[in-house]
Amino acid sequence: MIAIESALDPILGRHRRDPTALLQILRDTQEIFGWISPEVRAAVASALEIAPTRIDSLTRFYAHLYDAPRGKYRILFSDNITDRMAGSVALMELMLKKLKLERGKLSADGLVSVDFTSCTGMCDQGPALLVNNLPATRLTAWRIDEICGLIRARTPLDQWPEEFFRVEDHIRRADLLLGAAERPGEAIRAALALGAQGFLDELKKSNLRGRGGAGFPTALKWRSCRDAPGERRFVVCNADEGEPGTFKDRVLLQSFSQSLFEGMALAGLVTGAQKGFLYLRGEYSYLRAPLEATLQKMRRESLLGRNIAGAKNFDFDIEIHMGAGAYVCGEETALIESLEGKPGRPRIRPPFPVTHGYLGFPTVVNNVETLCNAAAIAVVGGDAYARRGTTRSTGTKILSVSGDCERPGLYEYPFGVTVAQVLEDCGAPDVGAVQIGGAAGNCLIPEEFGRRIAFEDQPTAGAFMVFANRRDPIEAARNFAHFFAHESCGFCTPCRVGTSLVAGMIDKIAAGHGAQYEFLDLKRLHDILRASSHCGLGQAAMLALGDMMQKFKPAFERRLITKDFEPDFDLDAALARARELAGRDDAAAHLGEDI
Amino acid sequence: MSEGGGSFTLDGQVIAFAPGQTILTAATAAGVYIPHLCAHPDFPPHGSCKLCAVTVNGRDGSACTIEAAPGQEVRSDTPELHEIRRVLLQMLFVEGNHFCPGCEKSGRCKLQALAYDLEMLSPHFVQFFPHREIDASHPEFFLDFNRCIMCELCVRASRDVDGKNIFALAGRGRESHIIVNSPSGRLGDTDFAATDKAAEVCPVGAILRKEVGFATPIGARLYDQAPISQVDLQVDLPGREK
Repeated sequence: MIAIESALDPILGRHRRDPTALLQILRDTQEIFGWISPEVRAAVASALEIAPTRIDSLTRFYAHLYDAPRGKYRILFSDNITDRMAGSVALMELMLKKLKLERGKLSADGLVSVDFTSCTGMCDQGPALLVNNLPATRLTAWRIDEICGLIRARTPLDQWPEEFFRVEDHIRRADLLLGAAERPGEAIRAALALGAQGFLDELKKSNLRGRGGAGFPTALKWRSCRDAPGERRFVVCNADEGEPGTFKDRVLLQSFSQSLFEGMALAGLVTGAQKGFLYLRGEYSYLRAPLEATLQKMRRESLLGRNIAGAKNFDFDIEIHMGAGAYVCGEETALIESLEGKPGRPRIRPPFPVTHGYLGFPTVVNNVETLCNAAAIAVVGGDAYARRGTTRSTGTKILSVSGDCERPGLYEYPFGVTVAQVLEDCGAPDVGAVQIGGAAGNCLIPEEFGRRIAFEDQPTAGAFMVFANRRDPIEAARNFAHFFAHESCGFCTPCRVGTSLVAGMIDKIAAGHGAQYEFLDLKRLHDILRASSHCGLGQAAMLALGDMMQKFKPAFERRLITKDFEPDFDLDAALARARELAGRDDAAAHLGEDI
Repeated sequence: MSEGGGSFTLDGQVIAFAPGQTILTAATAAGVYIPHLCAHPDFPPHGSCKLCAVTVNGRDGSACTIEAAPGQEVRSDTPELHEIRRVLLQMLFVEGNHFCPGCEKSGRCKLQALAYDLEMLSPHFVQFFPHREIDASHPEFFLDFNRCIMCELCVRASRDVDGKNIFALAGRGRESHIIVNSPSGRLGDTDFAATDKAAEVCPVGAILRKEVGFATPIGARLYDQAPISQVDLQVDLPGREK
């Protein structure tokens, strides 16, 4: 047993005993103890002089913080629809059987637990799982067998074969960003030559729009932050890539981090911010060490720190903050709450982060890809950049292609590419549907494959999941519905309750018990969630489902019963406890169809 | 934006507002009721229950969080918005365990009163029937989390007015729940007192006084006399107590 105080001291010191770093402190502490025990909880609360309930509000909010022991090996299977299509459910069952475990339960010897988690961003190399935050990709039955062997032998993770944890970039089509050679300092020096205002003018000319999906003009955002009153300013990179089916930020972080960090420094140059945060999703913890190494290298080369690249008073540095399993933190105000060490509940907007962001100061929040583009614009210039893509959507877009295709991976195109072109390039001949933009995006069918990837036609943050004709749209709809029910932060009524109601109704339809009654209710809830939810999560939670219900109506209708309604209450299931007590499970102990 | 005040229209009626007022507070001051649960005149806007759903210049929003601005065209009293509110009420009813006939708060409960006023005839959706604990450890109060609607008024009152920080919201999604800040997690081990603001703000029957049950008979209570849309116009004016 490690003494709590002595283990805690360096962690608290590292975070300056600052309660706004509570999430980081709990993550680091959990790395040592495996979970946040009552003793650890009490020690952290007393050291930071905060109410212990503040710790509970985090451990019970973030999926990857634990207030109960989860074992020496914590296995989490990625539960995106693409993992499922690649056989993840059977692999998990296999592992549970081999380890004689129940899903979500800790083994009796405290060794291992196995559960699902939301999409881990390995869709092009799934099925995938996380073992103690490390991603294992390309799972097969054979691989599961090996993993179970290593767990039973209690082999430390650093002695597992490296091959298990290999994460491929899979860059299939490169353009401005993915094709660029790394030239450290090039973007910063180019921008410094133009001056802060000069570079902002280039950015404006480039017409760069945010790549997180909303498409807000980046130059306008940076200028608003620069002009907002405040003693300090901050730059935040949103690397909480949680949208199911999206993984392009993972590759940018893995192989183009220099360019990303230079983009952040440019935001600092323009806005006057001296501090940047990279908010990295917990599922990408394995990227933290290489990212820290890049930051160190940049500091050594005077590309971060004080008087960057010799420019007087250009001071900027970057700190990495880790997420802990909460999709909603991709919403910029929830992300800021999380940065401040709180549960990720979206704020009321307005005010927007550009005027009231981190700790109430003017803050720029940008997507990873946006910041990489900003760095590229410094190098190529605004006009040259704007010649790529369409008039209203300039530059390139990186698509994360996964699902039923021969060559899943990253495809970078100038904006304006058709869906059909992408499908041809990735080798997907027999396509029934494409889910664009992730679970919160749109579902397109073959008649719509002429649509173009652009803000003015089919906008997307980058997910592109291909479904072959043989796939059942209801399975995808179910997967998305459960995803949103799991990820709803619980703040507002329509999302907190509505997403669970929706998941229940789809399950009922999928199980062959749903009627037109449920189908119509889903349509009604679609409109209500969109109109009344507090943030984009709830507003978009039924977007894909709405598309699917409309475009695959026959597939849904085939599953509906002809009766007006079937009650949810299942008398036979309700007797399960009685059967268990009586030790019976024979036919006579079940109610028949005639009831 | 609204530094000098001005006026907007609410369902066609001109509403004057003072600087800093939201659509909800301006409407209330002008004698027009917009349904709400988590908004309270003594606290800053919260925006979680979404009962005050309105459209402002055709866009969806919450009356409690949107600042009043000159010339806004606000719609509130429409069949579509009342439908949204009814569904939100149904959601709140199925999410918890609300058994009005046996609840001491009946007749003084905003959730119940709104359900009557907005003509919610049934909970409609599948009941969640969650398992939630009752905390009767405090000598004067008990907590019945079965009736909690996550409005966080107790959290805000205890933190911002009482300075005690007794309640907090934990969990996420449908697992959201109120927790009590004491070593045992029980209310009896806190310094919660009858004089606390947090002791009187609960809009439903989640925080209830012991030993005074049914002193006012059902039928003679606050919302038994007149609908909430009339009663709360009086109650909700800042500085005025029931």
